[in-house]
Amino acid sequence: MAFPHRPDAPELPDFSMLKRLARDQLIYLLEQLPGKKDLFIEADLMSPLDRIANVSILKQHEVDKLYKVENKPALSSSEQLCFLVRPRIKNMRYIASLVNADKLAGRTRKYKVIFSPQKFYACEMVLEEEGIYGDVSCDEWAFSLLPLDVDLLSMELPEFFRDYFLEGDQRWINTVAQALHLLSTLYGPFPNCYGIGRCAKMAYELWRNLEEEEDGETKGRRPEIGHIFLLDRDVDFVTALCSQVVYEGLVDDTFRIKCGSVDFGPEVTSSDKSLKVLLNADDKVFNEIRNEHFSNVFGFLSQKARNLQAQYDRRRGMDIKQMKNFVSQELKGLKQEHRLLSLHIGACESIMKKKTKQDFQELIKTEHALLEGFNIRESTSYIEEHIDRQVPPSHCSRGYIVLLSLTSVVPDSARCSLDTHYGPEHLLTFSNLRRAGLLTEQAPGDTLTAVESKVSKLVTDKAAGKITDAFSSLAKRSNFRAISKKLNLIPRVDGEYDLKVPRDMAYVFSGAYVPLSCRIIEQVLERRSWQGLDEVVRLLNCSDFAFTDMTKEDKASSESLRLILVVFLGGCTFSEISALRFLGREKGKREFIFLTTAVTNSARLMEAMSEVKA
Amino acid sequence: MSCGLILFFQSGRPLGAGVRLGMGLRMNRTKGDEEEYWNSSKFKAFTFDDEDDELSQLKESKRAVNSLRDFVDDDDDDDLERVSWSGEPVGSISWSIKETAGNSSSSHEGREQLKSRNSFSSYAQLPKPTSTYSLSSFFRGRTRPGSFQSLSDALSDTPAKSYAPELGRPKGEYRVSYSIHWFDSFHMLFCQVCSLERFRSLQDKLQLLEEAVSMHDGNVITAVLIFLKRTLSKEILFRELEVRQVALRHLIHFLKEIGDQKLLLDLFRFLDRTEELALSHYREHLNIQDPDKRKEFLKTCIGLPFSAEDSAHIQDHYTLLERQIIIEANDRHLESAGQTEIFRKHPRKASILNMPLVTTLFYSCFYHYTEAEGTFSSPVNLKKTFKIPDKQYVLTALAARAKLRAWNDVDALFTTKNWLGYTKKRAPIGFHRVVEILHKNNAPVQILQEYVNLVEDVDTKLNLATKFKCHDVVIDTCRDLKDRQQLLAYRSKVDKGSAEEEKIDALLSSSQIRWKN
Repeated sequence: MAFPHRPDAPELPDFSMLKRLARDQLIYLLEQLPGKKDLFIEADLMSPLDRIANVSILKQHEVDKLYKVENKPALSSSEQLCFLVRPRIKNMRYIASLVNADKLAGRTRKYKVIFSPQKFYACEMVLEEEGIYGDVSCDEWAFSLLPLDVDLLSMELPEFFRDYFLEGDQRWINTVAQALHLLSTLYGPFPNCYGIGRCAKMAYELWRNLEEEEDGETKGRRPEIGHIFLLDRDVDFVTALCSQVVYEGLVDDTFRIKCGSVDFGPEVTSSDKSLKVLLNADDKVFNEIRNEHFSNVFGFLSQKARNLQAQYDRRRGMDIKQMKNFVSQELKGLKQEHRLLSLHIGACESIMKKKTKQDFQELIKTEHALLEGFNIRESTSYIEEHIDRQVPPSHCSRGYIVLLSLTSVVPDSARCSLDTHYGPEHLLTFSNLRRAGLLTEQAPGDTLTAVESKVSKLVTDKAAGKITDAFSSLAKRSNFRAISKKLNLIPRVDGEYDLKVPRDMAYVFSGAYVPLSCRIIEQVLERRSWQGLDEVVRLLNCSDFAFTDMTKEDKASSESLRLILVVFLGGCTFSEISALRFLGREKGKREFIFLTTAVTNSARLMEAMSEVKA
Repeated sequence: MSCGLILFFQSGRPLGAGVRLGMGLRMNRTKGDEEEYWNSSKFKAFTFDDEDDELSQLKESKRAVNSLRDFVDDDDDDDLERVSWSGEPVGSISWSIKETAGNSSSSHEGREQLKSRNSFSSYAQLPKPTSTYSLSSFFRGRTRPGSFQSLSDALSDTPAKSYAPELGRPKGEYRVSYSIHWFDSFHMLFCQVCSLERFRSLQDKLQLLEEAVSMHDGNVITAVLIFLKRTLSKEILFRELEVRQVALRHLIHFLKEIGDQKLLLDLFRFLDRTEELALSHYREHLNIQDPDKRKEFLKTCIGLPFSAEDSAHIQDHYTLLERQIIIEANDRHLESAGQTEIFRKHPRKASILNMPLVTTLFYSCFYHYTEAEGTFSSPVNLKKTFKIPDKQYVLTALAARAKLRAWNDVDALFTTKNWLGYTKKRAPIGFHRVVEILHKNNAPVQILQEYVNLVEDVDTKLNLATKFKCHDVVIDTCRDLKDRQQLLAYRSKVDKGSAEEEKIDALLSSSQIRWKN
């Protein structure tokens, strides 16, 4: 199949070191509170924690009971309470309520708050306001890089997207810089740096400052990874909003892969229990189909099933000795394969069932039409109808409206359909979508200029300030078409697009569209600069935020120059990962490594934009 | 597998209009192109529609794999991870937390059990802690002021000690490269905030803010803003932030997070951002649980300076909730009284409060379909009040009545009388959609057939009839098209010896028909 083991591929750095590091640091922090203690863990940290430690490790370090941080009074009777949380105001209020309740009851305990990946000043302010500053000790657990796979590091910070791209809060930029700093400490400096986007530029500058302060520390080390590419999610919202059709992406869209694992329900496991399954390169079956277009997956699975059957059948004419050999040497492997195979077959079945119900076929067709920019009217009315038919309404159709707005224009009638559907609160969501530049509405020419002039009056600190949302989003809308043309994102069809033997990255969207983000990365790496891409950069509103930085001295081995770390600020999708894995293989034995603030998809992007109660 | 899930790989055969575009294929630019594209033999389609007359690779593979199960399953335990009722692997942290939540007074014994069941190994490939691997070479050991001192003893015999896991730089060392002066200030800032107190002149404060912004670290920017908020009057603070957009956005986000609604509204008022002001006020309703209080709150939102379009929605939101409160009270009463058949047969799954309009319409079509227009809960009343478009109304009513299998209502929905009193069937959404919705609600073939027959486009009709096994429609259509070949092909799909087969045979042998092929 598409990605067999490649003997010519450069070897990937050993990222398991990051897990060990995180675990050791956590242990160290737990030991700061000697003796038995109960540990309260924030829900969002549970899965990442599961990836690097387990209950017995915690028990070894005298953690007695485990609780989830939720808005309920704690039943713990322990004398020492330890909280492992994200730096969020609501967590501080929760802790304050516990501590203050204890105080009222005249009870004294020891409290420790471990912030991951770092603490924020605003959190300490709340502790102070609540009168418990000093009663609790605070620590930081700089666990910001979780290796989800051999080539994928996640910061597990989905809130990065909303905080930065909607609210304009730069609180996580330092976290990113710290993470990059850690990587360069462990794996050597990066000789070639590229980036696009305002956030990318800031993160890069902050990171450089860190390195300069500690100069000497990384000097002299040979680089293991030759290139680094930083990219803001808002450079390319369109790709993230497309329905995914490579297997891993489809599994994510259908079942939601959370922290590298997925819950397969009874409909997949064909038993009465659910199964939590890790999806990574260790799953031999998954590893061979993850990057494949869904239409190739069945062929592969059925071939596998036949092979497996043949393997088992061999045992039929065996004598005792051969049978013994078979049982001791092969059976376990076969059983493992059998288990994986039946899981993925079950998953495919379930995906088919769900997608058939959703008229996936028609939606994909509509999506492709939008990307290519033809049949817009038909597509628009199809989307309207699709929304109309949803009872109860679903999040995904909101994604279609956004895609529509980014690639062309949302008509009033579509808005009207949405209004009846998304409950009254949609108003807030839509205002958020507009602010983040995800939703743009028809504005006559003069309105645009009016907005523009009003905006430019407000913006005085031009160097730091991106022109405010209203303007940039209006500008962005009209540009997708032009960018698409410039970068040749819609491949010309001459004959069949053979999805079995993909010829370009467009295969991840059935040959209809090359992901913009991946195309930019490809182009820049090819030129080793932004030269000749000025027009594209201008259309992306990133003229001030596209940069390159190469070190002169060439210590980098040719091996390391074949490794590229791509940093997605605001999240990346599995489709983008698949596309770049493909590119790496095609373009001269390279290998991409991914660092993302979180793995995302269309549904997650939309959810991040909705308003819920505080 | 009950719904007959099938995939197929097709070579070159043109499919009906509805299903023809394969997911694996690009859309083409013109109709002419498209025809050519579909009729040329090199394209292979892959589709997400069911079609159960094709051999399914997936089905086959599944059978193959399942047939092995008997052999494999006997001692599978070591392979499969142990999973608790909730699907979490036993021994994982998430699982363990649920255990604590489940029986918070879990006995000692229980915990021991938990320990012994700890089978994480099958789950993740955790490297064993290797004490030989020292990372200390990468990190300088640092001590943080205060709390860390006494702890080295406690750690003396754990392997963690040598790792000096102080990876994140202590914030105290925040250095700004500009000058010693600024380094000092940030050092102070994070060690003891009160040292910021020495920035007393406005100029110093603003310079502090600008340095923070130029560092790009949002945490630092917020820290400075908190200080400025405390030491400047809000008018001055707002005035200065108006020309500092980055800092302004940080302040807005901070105020949202800590829930200082009052200051936030003041800020929007100062900035003359009336729409944001209105939205921000309106947002508060999300935090009001009590429906009556929420309704009253929404009333205060009407008339706020929203955009023209949003204003109408706010009014609608208020009206809708008002309605829902009345309907909810009424229906809860009816349901608990147990006298009304519909509520006995189909107990309500959830309250209708705070549901979107379309859900409310569905609800009212489900429970209150026949009510007179004058009542608040009647569908027609909802349609009028909220100006629900015809299409939307029909779709929703159809879904609700089909779910109840009230075929007469469905029939009435599409029957119109003209001025001469003739009845005519008409569907604003197109009968192909009607058929699909009916099928989704498991309508019997007789009903489906009736509506399939009303589909105007012959290709679509044939296609739907085949898909939903409306044999008579297929046969009659083939007859009308004089398409002998297709009829012949269809013969293989009906049951042997069935009435359909007989009917086909009769037609095929009929000399009355002049077949076109």
